[in-house]
This record gives sequence, structure tokens and C-alpha cells, in this order.
Amino acid sequence: MKNKKFWSFGLFLLLALSMVLAACGSDTEKEETSTTTAPTSETTTEEKAAPPQVLVFGRGGDSVSLDPAIVTDGESFKVTQNLFETLLNFGEQDTTINPGLAKDWEVSEDGLTYTFYLEEGIQFHDGTDFNAEAVVKNINRWKAGTEEDFYYFNSMFKAEGADVITDVVADGDHKVIFTLSRPQAPFLKNIAMSPFGIASPTAFEAAGDKFGDNPVGTGPFKFVDWKRNDSITIEKFDGYWQAGLPKLDKVIFRSIPDNSARLNALTANEIDLADGINPSDGATIEGNSALQLIERPSMNIGYLGLTNTRPPFDNVLVRQAVNYAIDQQAIVDAFFEGRAQVAKNPMPPSISGYNDDIEGYAYDPEKAKALLAEAGYDGKEIELWAMPVPRPYMPDGAKVAEVIQKNLADVGIPSEIVTFEWATYLEKAKNGEADAFMLGWTGDNGDADNFIYTLLDKDNIGSNNYAYYSNDEVHDLLIAAQSEVDENKRIDLYKQAQVIIHEDAPWVPLAHSTPLLAAKAGVKGFLPHPTGSDKLDNVSIE
Amino acid sequence: MLHYIGKRLLHLIPVLLGMTFIVFLIIRAIPGDPAQVILGQQATAEAIAALRDKLGLNNPWYVQYFDYLKGILTGDLGDSLRTRQPIISEVWPYLAATFELAIFAMIIAVIIGMNAGIISAWFQNSWFDYIAMIVALIGVSMPIFWLGLMEQWIFSINLGWLPTSGREEVRDPVAAITHLYLIDTLLQGRFDQFLIVVKHLILPGLALATIPTAIIARMTRASMLEVMRSDYVRTARAKGQKMLIVIYKHALKNAFIPVLTIIGLQTGLLLGGAILTETIFSWPGIGRYIYEAIGYRDYPVIQSGILIVAFLFVMINLIVDLLYTVIDSRIKYN
Repeated sequence: MKNKKFWSFGLFLLLALSMVLAACGSDTEKEETSTTTAPTSETTTEEKAAPPQVLVFGRGGDSVSLDPAIVTDGESFKVTQNLFETLLNFGEQDTTINPGLAKDWEVSEDGLTYTFYLEEGIQFHDGTDFNAEAVVKNINRWKAGTEEDFYYFNSMFKAEGADVITDVVADGDHKVIFTLSRPQAPFLKNIAMSPFGIASPTAFEAAGDKFGDNPVGTGPFKFVDWKRNDSITIEKFDGYWQAGLPKLDKVIFRSIPDNSARLNALTANEIDLADGINPSDGATIEGNSALQLIERPSMNIGYLGLTNTRPPFDNVLVRQAVNYAIDQQAIVDAFFEGRAQVAKNPMPPSISGYNDDIEGYAYDPEKAKALLAEAGYDGKEIELWAMPVPRPYMPDGAKVAEVIQKNLADVGIPSEIVTFEWATYLEKAKNGEADAFMLGWTGDNGDADNFIYTLLDKDNIGSNNYAYYSNDEVHDLLIAAQSEVDENKRIDLYKQAQVIIHEDAPWVPLAHSTPLLAAKAGVKGFLPHPTGSDKLDNVSIE
Repeated sequence: MLHYIGKRLLHLIPVLLGMTFIVFLIIRAIPGDPAQVILGQQATAEAIAALRDKLGLNNPWYVQYFDYLKGILTGDLGDSLRTRQPIISEVWPYLAATFELAIFAMIIAVIIGMNAGIISAWFQNSWFDYIAMIVALIGVSMPIFWLGLMEQWIFSINLGWLPTSGREEVRDPVAAITHLYLIDTLLQGRFDQFLIVVKHLILPGLALATIPTAIIARMTRASMLEVMRSDYVRTARAKGQKMLIVIYKHALKNAFIPVLTIIGLQTGLLLGGAILTETIFSWPGIGRYIYEAIGYRDYPVIQSGILIVAFLFVMINLIVDLLYTVIDSRIKYN
């Protein structure tokens, strides 16, 4: 008997609970509408009250750490870009060099000494003074670390284990002198990159490994709270040295992994700004007056790599034939919704050194067939690797691969589409296991070196040169360009390299895409940066 | 009873050991070097070798395995390769988020599923029965990501009733004490926030509850049908007892044992299988924690995450077994 009572009571409880839950839904609804209507009713006679200056930024993933020096992922830099400042800044929407924490700088004629004159009266969020000594301590911290500790410093400022920056000294409080072991043409662009944000020495000395959880910089915002995989909150730093900035009181970065769910959150007013919008959603956003579509300036390349050491792509004629066989314009129109430019070089036109005189391979199946015949191609089936994940430079790898497969079949190259999980895909492609593979690259610092040398020099085979392309002539040009201080000569060297690469056709360059963002109509002053690290100090909500 | 619990807990040891071993072997069979993934695409071979050495990845597999076991025994699950934080200190918020969601979903599933099953059984072959079982069939076969996006579209965008994603209103965040937000908000006397948290639970809760609801409904129906054919129910009905009393007092008690088994299994599955729901609703739970670790080849996190979920799964089964004795006094453990 007791048991029976227990069960009927339990069921009753469950039923009652379900009622309460259902009621909760409608209760909170009422409450929320009443709170949102309250301020407007108070201010009907007055001017409309200013909206709260809080921006919720929806993005695809969480940060790894908030210590910019130790991370490599774009999501981390999106936040640290607003907590830390670098000696030099990129332009608002390009990668020109502008003053940052250094108001002025000089380069010696031999390109070996850089002198930076620092802004005065700046403080870190923890009250420590920003001065020449702080800069020296930061550089020495990076220099002392291994590649696994400070990856970007090592990749940008170390060559074969030796420091490019041999010495950094403070001359007085506001002057820092860097001495280099050899001229490095992109030095200023490198130093402006997000990983080289200057951190408070007091804070990183005290925090050690935990600095990434308690970041302290001089930026317009200071760190407040981090709920992992959920949200990061930063707020206005009252002591910021640039008058009137930032305009926002608070920024909350929310990670919403699914692109469609993120757009839903934007439409439902839960976030104010959404990164990573599918090209196919562009038109919907443009048709919604409550939203605005924002285009990030393009600094990427999506390509089809042809492993140059594997047959049939060890034959340059076959590689050229594939270039003639693929209809890039059709791919751009269908899968990028036209929001991309057909590529002909391994870097985008916005980068200085781009060779616009090169004529891209036109879509010409007949020519492709002729070249294949000339090459003596045996008609053996190839593996065509399709990217398993969407990337800014390739919104839908699987579908683009199907078009490429069809294009190839039309000229007599049978192919089988293959895919792997992303980490495996990269690993296997890097090992040269693919015949033809889709991949891409987004620039770090807007320098030609960061595209051509990184992606196609023989030094980077087994690293980012997934195509295993090796050409000594190109290598010599690229190495010469690395230490050439005269900008015009440099540009010329890169243009020459592009001519050779075009002939050798190690890839089929596909497209330079325009990544999309969307915001509520009231978000003003947001200027997306081509590097993907956006400064939010000028953003406001109207 | 205590003896039985002790025996069951002892049995856990080989189960979990086997678990760790299988997971350990599987994730090492996947191509993709964690050192490479951590250092990024541009890393040099020397740097990768140095990191592999530091992470102990160059040791023979059995050394790595025993190091890992040793760690577990001393309460150390290792550090996440990605965030470089001790897993033991970062796993609880994720686990709490999943607990809250899974329990909420299970409550929905039990209430709707059992009642639908009971009604279907009682009015067997009626229109309700047919519709309920068709809906249950659809529920089992519905892709969660599609269902989730549809829920967002209907209830958030068009009707504006419920939030699309997350656990809280980020502009007014909940101060985390236990990380179970329903409890945290009450501890702080923030009833307004409590309701907001409940609202955030509803859509992912429904999405996650869909499959268990359907399974529970079908199981309850089948089990009830069997019981209702038995003599004692027929007698009760013949005596003119009220329908609700026959169902809830007499029939359900005996029909409940197989249903309870299903509830236990489903609860365990929810804990580990919430990845899709957690992704669509950006719920910062253990499913996403493990999923992201897989992308980074974060071995310690994958291993520990699966171990924790497996442990909970076995514990839930133990609890279910013990509940049998509460429900049916004929079942005894000695």
C-alpha cells in the first residue's frame, strides 16, 4: 500500500512540475516584455534614452587563451586585439603601417636598427606604467621562450633557431632600440601583428602560466570574466589613453558554433553582431531592415592543390590542363554567391606585390584535352580531396569538389572524391598523400611573403607547402625578397616569382572570398579587419 | 544490500579499466599528431619533436598508459593540451551544464513519454494510439540538428517566446557557484534569473528529450499492454475501480520495471550523446568539451571525458538496479 501511494504521489509531482515549467515560460515572457517596455514609457515625453552600450559578438568558437603571445588561433586574437595594443597598428581595414603604442619610428639605412618612440602617459589596466622597460621585458619574455611557448614570435623572428632580433634596449623611458641580425623586410608588419601585443610585465611576472586567464594590457577594454565555451566579457578601461574611446561600455564574446544557429540568435536579438555568415544567407540578411550585412575585406585564397611529386601531377602539362579544365567563375557564382573574386595568383590583389599582368588560365576544356594528350596522360583515376569543414575561403568543400569532379571528367580525368576529418585531412595532405586537394589560407600580416613563401617555397615542403612544389628559381627570388629593404625592388621580385609559379601551375587558384558578417542595424562604426582581428574601440550602438 | 552495492562497485574497476584501455588505443590509432595540431600549420619539425617529448608522446604506448592510470589513481586527470589547464579543475562547469540539461530533458521525456504510452495502451488501436505511435516513430528518426534549428525558427524568431541558445542572458550573467544555474540563481535569491535559466533550458531540453520520449512512450505502451491483459488488472476493472486508479495504482507499478531500465539507459546516453544538441544550442557542456578536444587531438581531455561519462553511465545503471527493489519487493539482492 505504501508503495502504491509513493508512485501515485510521484506521478502527481511530475505532472505538477510540468505545469509549473509550462507556466514559467509564459511568466518570464510577460516579465521580459514589461521590462523592455518600461524605459520607453518613462521617456515618452523626453528624448529617447540612449541604448546601453553593450555589444554581444557571436562567433564560431571559444578562445584558447587570452595571452596573445602563446596562441595561434584567430578566435583568441579577436578578443586580445581589444585588450592589448601593439607598437604599431595596421590600417583600419588594410595592412598599412600606422602608429600604435609607438608614435614614431626610424629605420637605419642598412635595415638592421629600428628605433621606436613611445607614447607617453600610458598605463596598463593594473596601473603599471607603460614605458621602454616594459617593451624590453615583453620582447625578452618572447625571446626566452621556445617555439611551443611563443609560436608566432619564433616563426616571425627566428630563423634556424637564431634570433633575428639580437638585441632590444631601452634608451630612456620612451625610446626602444631593436637590433636585427639581418635585414627583414616585413619587420614592421610583423611587429604590428596581434600576437605581439604588449602585456603588463607586473602581471605576467606574477601570473606565470596563468597569465592567459588574467590578461592585462593597455587596450581600450579590460578583462572581466570568462565562462569557457560560453562567453568572455570585457569592459571599458576608464584609464584608456585615447580620449573618447572606447565608445562601448562592455563587449561580450559568445561562442555559438553552428552558423545557422548564430544567425538565428542574431535574428532573435540575442546577439548584436555575428561572424561567419554563410554566403547563402547574405541575401536574406540584406532583405531584413533590422539587420545589416558587413563584408570583411578579402585577404585569402582558396585553391586546389596538385601534389607535384605524385603522378599524374608531376607533369607540368597535366597541371596546366587541370587549370584549363576547371570553371572557376561557375564555382564562384554558385557557391560563393558571387561574393568572391576568381583567383589567378597564389595571393589576393590587395597585397602589395600582386602581379596583375598575369593572365589567368581561361576555362577551356578543349585546350585541356590537347594538353593531356600531349602529356601522355593514361586516364588513371585520381583522388580528389574535399575539405570536410567550411572555411572563410571555402564555404562548402564537398559541393565545390563535385563541380571540380565534373569539370575533370569532362576532359577525361576520372576522379574519386575523398574526405577525412579535418585534423587528419591536414596531416595526410601535409605528408603528400593526396593527389589533388582543396585547401586555402588567410593572411596573417598582409605581406606577400606570408602567402608565396609560406605556401609555395621549397623550404616549406612538409609544412605549409602541401603541393610539394619546389622551384629553385622561385626560392632564390623569395629569399632575396625577404631581406630586400627597398619596397619597389621587393615588389618586382614577387612579381617575377608569380610569373614562374603561373607557368609551373602547382595549384589551381580558385577564389579570393569576401567573408561575411551581420549586425543589428543599430551597430555603428564596426570596421572588420582583413586579418580577422577586429578592433572594437570605435563601435557604438544607436 | 550494502554487500551488493560493494560488489557492484568492485565490478566497476575492471569495466573502467577496460574502458580507459580501449579509448586509449582508439585515439592513438587516429592519424593526426597532437603536437602538430597544438603548434599549428607552420611549426618546424624540431619544435614538434620537442613538444612530443615534453608531452611524453615519444614514450612507448604502455608507458603512456600506465602514466595515465597512475594519474587517475592520484586524482590527476592530466592537463588539457590545448588550454594547458588541469582537466580536473576545468571539467566541472561543463559537466554541470550537461547535468542540468540532461536531467531537465529526462524529466520532460518521462512525463510526456510515460503518459503518452499509458494512454496509448489504455485506448489501444484508438486514433490517439495511432497518432502517438506515429509521432514516436518520427521522434526517433528526427535529426536533432534539423529539429533544433526548426525549434529556434518557430519559438524564438517567429514567436519570440524563448531564447535560441546559451544557458543565460549574457548581458545579465549568473554568478556561478555550483555551476548548476537553476540552483545558483536560487542560492542568490535571483528568481528573475531562475526563470531566464528555465527558458534557456526549454528548447535544447525538448530537442534532447525527443528520442528518449519516443522510446519511453513505446516501451511504456508495450509494457502496459502486457500488464493490462493480466488477471489482476482484469479483476480490478471488473470490480468497477476508476480507470486512473487501475492504471496508476495497479498496472503501472508492474509495467514500470522495463520502463525504468530504458529510462536509465537513456539517461546515460543523454550524458554522452548531447553533442549535437549542445552545438546547435551552443550549450557549454561535456559533449562539446569532448568534441572540441577531438578536433585538437587533446588526448588527455578525450580520455578523461569519456572516462567520466562512462563512470556516470555505470553509476546510473547501478542506481536503476537498486531502484528495482524499491518498486518490486520480490526483487532482492543478496
